[in-house]
Amino acid sequence: MLQNYVPVLVLFVLAAGFAAVSVGAATITGPKRYNRAKRDAYECGIEPTPQPMGGGRFPIKFYLTAMLFIIFDIEIIFLYPWAVAFDQLGLFGLVEMVLFILTVFIAYAYVWRRGGLEWD
Amino acid sequence: MSTLLAVSEPATEYVAATGTLSSLWVLLALPAFGATTILLLRGRTRTWGPYLAIATCGAAFAWALVSFLELRGLENRSVDLHLWSWIPVNGFQVDAGLLYDPLSATFTLLITGVGLLIHIYSLGYMEHDERRWLFFGYLNLFVTAMLLLVLGNSYLALYVGWEGVGLASYLLISWYFWKPSAATAGKKAFIANRVGDVGLSLAIMVMFATLGTTSFEGVFGSAEQLTAGAATAIGLLLLLGACGKSGQFPLHTWLPDAMEGPTPVSALIHASTMVTAGVYLIARSMPVYVQSPDAQLVVSIIGAITLVIGCVIGCVYDDIKKVLAYSTVSQIGYMFLAVGIPGAGAIAILHLLTHGFFKACMFLSAGSVMHGMNDQVDMRRFGALRKVMPVTFGCMLVGYLAIIGIPPFAGFFSKDLIIEHAFNQGGTRGAVLGTVALVGAGITAFYMTRLMLMTFFGKKRWTADVHPHESPAVMTGPMVLLGVGSVVSGFLLVRGDALVHWLEPVLPEQEQEHVFEAITVSIMTVGVSLLGVLAAYLLVHRKAVPHFPPVAVSPLTTAARNNLYLDSLNESLLMRPGQYLTRMLVWFDNRGIDGAVSAVAAGVGGSSGRLRRLQTGFVRSYALSIFAGAMLVAGSLLLVRIGP
Amino acid sequence: MPTDIQAPSFDYAALSPMFIVFGAAVLGVLVEAFVPRRSRRRVQIVVSLAGLIGGLVAVVLLAGHSSLEAEGAIAIDGPTLFLQGTLCILGAASILLLSERSLDSSGGDIVTQAAVLPGSREDLQLSESQGIQTEVYPLALFSLGGMLLWPAANNLILSFIALEVLSLPLYLMAGLARRRRLLSQEAAVKYFLLGAFSSAFFLYGVALLYGYAGSVDLGDIFDATGRAGSNEVLLLLGLAMLAVGLLFKVGAVPFQAWTPDVYQGSPTAVTALMAACTKIAAFGALLRIFYVGFGRTEWDWRPMMWAIAIVTMVVGAVLAVTQTDVKRMLAYSSVAHTGFILVGVIAVNREGLSGTLFYLVAYGFTTLAAFAVVTLVRDSSGEATHLSSWAGLGQRSPLVAGVFAFFLLALAGIPLTSGFMAKFAVFQAATQGGATALVVVGVVASAVTAFFYARVIVLMFFQDPAPDGPTVAIPSAYTAATIALGLAVTLVLGILPQPVLDLADQAALFVR
Repeated sequence: MLQNYVPVLVLFVLAAGFAAVSVGAATITGPKRYNRAKRDAYECGIEPTPQPMGGGRFPIKFYLTAMLFIIFDIEIIFLYPWAVAFDQLGLFGLVEMVLFILTVFIAYAYVWRRGGLEWD
Repeated sequence: MSTLLAVSEPATEYVAATGTLSSLWVLLALPAFGATTILLLRGRTRTWGPYLAIATCGAAFAWALVSFLELRGLENRSVDLHLWSWIPVNGFQVDAGLLYDPLSATFTLLITGVGLLIHIYSLGYMEHDERRWLFFGYLNLFVTAMLLLVLGNSYLALYVGWEGVGLASYLLISWYFWKPSAATAGKKAFIANRVGDVGLSLAIMVMFATLGTTSFEGVFGSAEQLTAGAATAIGLLLLLGACGKSGQFPLHTWLPDAMEGPTPVSALIHASTMVTAGVYLIARSMPVYVQSPDAQLVVSIIGAITLVIGCVIGCVYDDIKKVLAYSTVSQIGYMFLAVGIPGAGAIAILHLLTHGFFKACMFLSAGSVMHGMNDQVDMRRFGALRKVMPVTFGCMLVGYLAIIGIPPFAGFFSKDLIIEHAFNQGGTRGAVLGTVALVGAGITAFYMTRLMLMTFFGKKRWTADVHPHESPAVMTGPMVLLGVGSVVSGFLLVRGDALVHWLEPVLPEQEQEHVFEAITVSIMTVGVSLLGVLAAYLLVHRKAVPHFPPVAVSPLTTAARNNLYLDSLNESLLMRPGQYLTRMLVWFDNRGIDGAVSAVAAGVGGSSGRLRRLQTGFVRSYALSIFAGAMLVAGSLLLVRIGP
Repeated sequence: MPTDIQAPSFDYAALSPMFIVFGAAVLGVLVEAFVPRRSRRRVQIVVSLAGLIGGLVAVVLLAGHSSLEAEGAIAIDGPTLFLQGTLCILGAASILLLSERSLDSSGGDIVTQAAVLPGSREDLQLSESQGIQTEVYPLALFSLGGMLLWPAANNLILSFIALEVLSLPLYLMAGLARRRRLLSQEAAVKYFLLGAFSSAFFLYGVALLYGYAGSVDLGDIFDATGRAGSNEVLLLLGLAMLAVGLLFKVGAVPFQAWTPDVYQGSPTAVTALMAACTKIAAFGALLRIFYVGFGRTEWDWRPMMWAIAIVTMVVGAVLAVTQTDVKRMLAYSSVAHTGFILVGVIAVNREGLSGTLFYLVAYGFTTLAAFAVVTLVRDSSGEATHLSSWAGLGQRSPLVAGVFAFFLLALAGIPLTSGFMAKFAVFQAATQGGATALVVVGVVASAVTAFFYARVIVLMFFQDPAPDGPTVAIPSAYTAATIALGLAVTLVLGILPQPVLDLADQAALFVR
């Protein structure tokens, strides 16, 4: 029964091995010319130091946008299997999917009407 | 008196209600509505509350009449009305339901009829009272509870009504609660009734323990399975309850004190209806008493003792209401005496009915006298009121003739029958009980004559500021109606043994021996009564009534003035030990129980305080407790499966 | 294989109560989006009440229905319909409480903007603004929809979804109190964190049980428990994790810690909704999962439940004694009541089930109305919930104090109130189910609870009011109607319980 999991294990080993090999190869072969920017922690563009006042508050709008993105993202995830089995599910599937999309759009309409999509 | 050959089976088969009778609950609902409305709206009903009370009582009376006529037309006259199941559990069935049979029908008519008249009378009597509306609310409350008492189809329903009338009685006795005497009297009544109620509740528990039911149908249906011991126990416990409510020896002492209440209350509750609830209880429980002749004998003996005590004490009091109260005590003694005689239950009810009329009539007349005499009650301040209050005098006279048993007034028929039945039991029992009843009749005649003479005859002994006058029609009307009842009720009920036959399904007759012929007993009774009248005339009327009670009197009079030391007896038998017990209990309560309770409370409080500290307010510790709980739950599940 | 997929069959009629309530909730969102601000509140009240009453009508029309719907994921049977009907009525009553505007000087107990930092300038302005907040109606309806779904869920995944649907809006609503913002926000965060924590346990349990039975349907799990040779440890651990999630929601010890903080911090109308409706829904789900899914393994979980019931009754009752805040006291009393209801659950017989159903109805109405009374007693800073300020209330406002005393007596289980009949029903069922010892503990705990209820009554009637004590606000018809409903049900169930007992008895049969 556990044999089913052997490929997963192999994947784990391969991934770990790849990471080890690439980091190791870079360390051994790459040139080592440090400057200030290179010594900083990696923060994809944001200055990690000095810390902004009050623990780094930034607008809640980032979250709103992110959450809206996730909602529509998930909607698409649900749409995908339906698309695959569209023939078999027939009218029932169509009605249910329309209802589902409608519900999500009502949420969208709410956010839109109440100004959730305006940045300022 | 007709005699039947065999004991007929008590009718324990109840049929379901039909027709008008299926809405019998209306009878209860009417006064209940009145009471609720008045007691909830309180002062807002000041103007119309009394009339509402009278209307509901009148409607209840009309309904009672209709139901009564309907019942007469039925073949099986025991009608059961199931209302709802209250606790429908296996082995513990409590149904709320009503039972309407000849006995309850009779009581229903008495309660609503006399109740209506007294409601009307109160309109005049309480005219100047600030809290008139409340008084009427209480009266309606009383009528409701009393109807529930007689209409309930189980001992539990009866018990609810029983406590309800107790409450109404307490509230009304203490009506003038700012007078210490009234407040004390209310408390005394309440406590004496509690003593009795212990008996009743224990009886119900014994029934439930032995028979598994408290409904009349169930108890009477299986009464024959009771062992002699259990039947006697139930009988005596019920008797204790009845003694408390009906003012029988040794618990009678509250009844005379209860006269502190307004006079209509004395007439309605403490003369004609509530105090007869004990008789009703024993009559209703007849199938149980049939199983225990001993208990029945005790009932008779208690009745005999009470009737003598009541008579004797009644002879010495100068307070008109106290005299009437003691006469009530003694007349109810007659009823107990009768209800304890096998087969004479119906006679007891007969006396109860006639007594209801003539005693209510006399109380209302006494109230009328007081109304005209600035609420004085001392008969030494009355005299010669015959001319001033002719209607009151007439009514009192009719009641008087009825109570001392002069034919053809109502009391003659009933009392005569009781004495006859007492003698006809034969043997020592018959001789003793018969003689006591006969002598009692003589003493009754004596003290009632004394009351009449001191109040209405002789010289004026009024205090200066009194201007006696006849009462208004709203008061005399009910008095006259009750007076008419005192004249005709006895004859009507006895004619063709009407009442006896009517009650037969509930209170079967029994064959009688004939120690004396009926006519002999009648002659003896009337003769003894006349002797009593004569004695009173000689002792009271021939000489002037002193303004203050004489001091140098016989030891018996002194004893009687002290209520035959029964208050002291109760005090030393019940109250003193009770007080010591209470003191001891208080001590024990303070030290032992309170100590324990305080310790428990402190323990609970302390552990509560300690547990409270776990409620730190930090989410992290809450989460930790959830996690620990989860571990415990999982651990325990695994342990249970794998452990043993 | 795509060819294997079959379109599931749905009986929309059988699911209509939930559709109606969820539909009303969605409609409520649209109202928020498109109806002008002025008339929003009125429209929202109408939509919410119409949805809940519609749900109730649908439940009544479905009466007697018993079947598995949606491919076995939803069970529409006696307990489901009984609880859904109760939840619709109580939900409507909660909506009425949320709509109350005449008690607070600024109108309504729901804050307009929940995200403002407490103590800041905006917060001060907020506390005096007359603005109103209407998003709470769709939130409440979504939560109530989840509550309708939870007792019906016959599938553990659906059960989890229902749990989240009912919980998420509640987390938000807990933070909406207009007064004492900090406490309210704290309550919301605590409730959210701990709720998420316990949900994780629940989900973990679902996963373990899937590992055990190969299915998340309760019926399949039941079948699996009858087969030998499965991995028992998976079953027991899964059951334990599931139990943690459920017991957290009903507020049983040791998972009760959130209850007092959240009940105290939330707006009282929301507390009433949580105390009455959430408990009913959670017990519905607990009953279904344990009776339907684990009916055969009762000997495994009964000892654990015994222990939980005992500590819940005892800790709830004991801790309530030292509380000085009315809402916290009622919170602990609700914990103790959870213990009493668990006694009925443990009976594992039809009487136990019907007794539990009856208890939930009795408790729901009484507790909802008791919280409604709490909203009436106010001083300048909002509700005066500290017990000391309730002293002498009986002299100041005998009616309100009398009504509250009646509810307390009902919660204590005094005869002639619904509480007595309810306790009687579950204790009797437990005795028949052989749990006499538990009943003894229950009676003792009842006595302790009676002590602190009586203490409040004594405080209200036998102590002199403080000179600067709170006043009793005159409620509008919304709150008055809720209190009257609670009063009527508490009284009627105490005197004439038979119809509802019969109804609960008929309903007490799960479809499997």
